[in-house]
Amino acid sequence: MIGFETYPNVDQAAAALRDDGVYFGGGTLIMRALNYGEQDFSRIVRTTDPALKQVEAAGDRVRIGADVTMREVIASSDLSFLTPVARSVGGPAVRNVATVGGNLFAEHPYGDFTVALLALDGRVSVAGGGEHDLSDFISSRTTFNGVVTSVSVARPGGQDFRYHKVSRVKPKGVSVMSIAAWLPRATGRISNARLAFGAMGETPLRALPVEQALEGTSLDASGIESALQAVIGAFNPPDDPLASGWYRKEVAPVHLRRLLLGEGEK
Amino acid sequence: MAKMPLQFSLNGRDTAIFVNGGENMLETLRRGVGDMSPKYGCAQGTCGSCTVIVDGQPQLSCLTLSQTMEGRSVETVSGLSDGPQLHALQQAFMDGFAAQCGYCTGGMLMAAKALLMNNPNPSRDDVVEAISGNVCRCTGYEPIIDAILDAATKMRGRAM
Repeated sequence: MIGFETYPNVDQAAAALRDDGVYFGGGTLIMRALNYGEQDFSRIVRTTDPALKQVEAAGDRVRIGADVTMREVIASSDLSFLTPVARSVGGPAVRNVATVGGNLFAEHPYGDFTVALLALDGRVSVAGGGEHDLSDFISSRTTFNGVVTSVSVARPGGQDFRYHKVSRVKPKGVSVMSIAAWLPRATGRISNARLAFGAMGETPLRALPVEQALEGTSLDASGIESALQAVIGAFNPPDDPLASGWYRKEVAPVHLRRLLLGEGEK
Repeated sequence: MAKMPLQFSLNGRDTAIFVNGGENMLETLRRGVGDMSPKYGCAQGTCGSCTVIVDGQPQLSCLTLSQTMEGRSVETVSGLSDGPQLHALQQAFMDGFAAQCGYCTGGMLMAAKALLMNNPNPSRDDVVEAISGNVCRCTGYEPIIDAILDAATKMRGRAM
């Protein structure tokens, strides 16, 4: 029998987790574990704290409460740049419950929303204080036993943010890969680009060699050539029933080129 | 640990039941209440055959913790028809041969109903998006999409 506890504020919920509790956001990951008997917890803990539902835009960043659902992301005018990303997550029934915070813990090949957060310089806040770089947080997420309260991301300008999800099933399917790119430009040249890939490793990953190859280039066929070369060796993706790691590596330059040149999926 | 009480509205009727901790809403509906219309498929949020409507929005009952349904309004296919009078969606599915083996049909109907509740005049793309989380291995989807559009047209006609 699994216990179920609800607390009015997030700090109380975090304190209640102890060793045998798990935090319940939207439930898509926890319920799947329960349905398959794979749970490693004996208590489910949640909070009704309204702070986790807030979206706050301030300056050049926006803070998204961890319990904000994909449906709420789509509905938020402050998060319009993330609408295509949220729409790529599951069908409507999943998006009604799947949360921003929960997506940080989705295992390969899921977690497409986190790919976008990673490209947008995501920073994770947790109950009890402290803000963590999203890359660092993801790399140690399996040992995290607390409550994520929000994720803060940069607000990209105009056409600076791009996202593409590759799947075999249309209009929705699990990722063969997903790519998010934040491409700020100074006098027509890319400056401080951030790119992240999903389903190309056990967690969403930044493509640091690609970012370096794009620095100072223009977004045209010749300007991106070195970035396309760089992505070939940037990842060591796992095999899964959707695609082999070899296939993912082979097609990564194709999908990166389409994203960077705005060609769309053919 | 004792079972826990749960009260919610099922197809407009107040319902009270005891549930196990960690139980999903699909189990509660099928084994607890006896409403067999939501189907057990993948149990991981992939197939959509267990789709129900919670407070006006589609939700997968297999991924819904029953204890979070306290005080909520749940709709299932069992509540669609009015006695022998089929709902327009059910009639359109029957007329358009939109069900073959039928296992996905309940989830498809609830996904479609949720769409039409929020968007009475959907485009074909809207319908495709609305059922994008529901898998059908028989029909190829086209008869289902046609049936939902047909039902939407008829429901708008009735409302005028």
